[in-house]
Amino acid sequence: MNFERLKEKLEILADAAKYDVSCSSSGGSRKNKKGALGDSSASGICHTYTEDGRCVSLLKILLTNHCIYDCAYCVSRSSNDIKRAGFTVEEVVDLTINFYRRNYIEGLFLSSGIFKNADTTMERLVRVAKKLRLEENFNGYIHLKSIPGASDELMQEAALYADRLSINIEIPTESGLKLLAPEKNRQDMLNPMKYIQNGISQYKDEKKIFRKVPKFAPAGQSTQMIVGATNENDLQIIKVADHFYKNYNLKRVYYSGYVPVLEDNRLPALTTAVPMLRENRLYQSDWLMRFYGFKAEEILDPNMPFLDLEVDPKLSWALRHLHQFPINLQTADYQMILRIPGIGVKTAQKIVSARRFQVLTIEHLKKLGAAVNRAKYFIDFTAGNIHLRHLTDINLRKLLIGGSTSKFQNQFSQQLTLF
Amino acid sequence: MTTLLYDGSFDGLFTAIFEVFEYRYKDVEIVSRERFYQENIFAEIHEVITQNEKAERVLNKLEQNIGKSGIHELLKVFLSEDIELEQLILSAVKQSIQHPDKNILQNYADHDMLKISKIGKSVSRERHRMTAFVRFEKMQDDVFFAKIDPDFNVLPLIRKHFKDRYQDQKWMIYDLKRNYGILYDLENCDFFYPDEKLDLQKYQQKFHDEETQYQTLWQRYFTRTNIVERKNLKLHIQHVPRRYWKYLTEKN
Ligand code: SF4
Repeated sequence: MNFERLKEKLEILADAAKYDVSCSSSGGSRKNKKGALGDSSASGICHTYTEDGRCVSLLKILLTNHCIYDCAYCVSRSSNDIKRAGFTVEEVVDLTINFYRRNYIEGLFLSSGIFKNADTTMERLVRVAKKLRLEENFNGYIHLKSIPGASDELMQEAALYADRLSINIEIPTESGLKLLAPEKNRQDMLNPMKYIQNGISQYKDEKKIFRKVPKFAPAGQSTQMIVGATNENDLQIIKVADHFYKNYNLKRVYYSGYVPVLEDNRLPALTTAVPMLRENRLYQSDWLMRFYGFKAEEILDPNMPFLDLEVDPKLSWALRHLHQFPINLQTADYQMILRIPGIGVKTAQKIVSARRFQVLTIEHLKKLGAAVNRAKYFIDFTAGNIHLRHLTDINLRKLLIGGSTSKFQNQFSQQLTLF
Repeated sequence: MTTLLYDGSFDGLFTAIFEVFEYRYKDVEIVSRERFYQENIFAEIHEVITQNEKAERVLNKLEQNIGKSGIHELLKVFLSEDIELEQLILSAVKQSIQHPDKNILQNYADHDMLKISKIGKSVSRERHRMTAFVRFEKMQDDVFFAKIDPDFNVLPLIRKHFKDRYQDQKWMIYDLKRNYGILYDLENCDFFYPDEKLDLQKYQQKFHDEETQYQTLWQRYFTRTNIVERKNLKLHIQHVPRRYWKYLTEKN
């Protein structure tokens, strides 16, 4: 192994892959076979965090940053003058195994620039996964980025060896994609996704009848959208996400605030700040859709197509639906308790457990971990609640904002001027 | 006031609890021998001799009331090495015997039960962090070796995780603070208790030839995967508290 050369390649190809956010390893389950290496459990482990605060659970690299396309938002695009490199299949396998053995990572997330054509590239990615599984007996997590336009046969193979597959749709709207990546078309992205989705549901049916069906993309599919490179609004973004959750059964939709890396008059200027607060709000909305039972239409409507930057989407919903409050902690059902600002899933569950033993007071609520400074305006306790007089106050919003500041506030100030 | 002295083991503690009921003690404290200083000279001392069957009887009864997961919660309190651990576990057992039809641990409005749940949370958090932050270093004899010194005694809680994960390599995880470890030799995966502290002098000289190379690769990867434009050290430290940095290859 030529470590010097390997080091150089790793630097180039990790750097080029870092903007991809879909690295989560949750949802995989691959039990270790006796005497083999690795397993992946339902809740993946973040082994470390970068200085920007993102979790590192997988070795996330590109196979190569050579690319025949020229997408405006991408550092690897063909017209960009940068150092190019490419790993061999063996090198990727070796890095994965050796990092895994030292407990640095949960597995591999392999993506690639497109060289020659879609199938040649996809074939190489599949070969890495295959070698890891069949030759190295590796049961850790593997996430492959599918290449738009890859053939069904290759997708089939990919799904047999990888845990998760994803295709980034990148730009939320079709018109935006036309503008920034004119050589790409949406259908090429959707076809492989559809193929895998069918495969997964077929697998589920067969699994009911035969016990030993080989796993097929057991951790499902995900996708990613870049936010802030084009001028779509939040409602459009959430709707697209919702569409993918419903029609493609995606496990996750990721949002990546656009980091300006290239000078191009179709893109926000290089000095534009990363829209981090916006990205954060989108994740909060996503969370509400997946775990709190909110529908996309409840979070935003056409009259208000952007997420509130001052308050989080749940609080924003509550402020627009004051007539549904106060909520009685002792009697309300779980779904409604979940909608109280300042109360998360765990706290809601604890409330439902604890109230069987006794009548809850605001003191209990504090101890159970609720953000009482927010929640107190929305709850009716059996013993009464003096804070409720604010519920009808037009200044309630101010009262609430006064008590909280977002950790993203500063970074966002520049971005605000975009709209 | 009666003071029950036990040997500091989990079974010892539950033997002591059995005897609290057996002798119908009202006003008691349970203290491990190691921690005992005879401050309260008027206290009556009751020496507990660990008897597994007595411990089993309490644990079986408890399991009916609060389930396996409840027992696991109490084990976490035990491993927390909290100074109140005996008192808390005793309180849980007493309450559980009084209310056998409820899972008393879920009564978060009770002071002791809330404390148990909080301790359990902290211990779990550290357990989880250990599964993340353990860094193996490959030694000349092909053993992958890791040093830890967690705040809580979580080694027993991570054994299964590492056993399931690394079956085709020899490995060892060693708790520097408590001076014991786990060794997996491709066959067995057991705790070991060396008589003397492990000698970590000239430790790096015993690295496998390739070890430093992979460490460098990992450090480079860590640096290059960071997005400078989004630097947020506060968030970083929140996720990776400084006290863990010494474990982390990428931080050294
Ligand atoms: S095809 Fe992918 S790698 Fe190539 S320029 Fe477009 S986004 Fe970048």
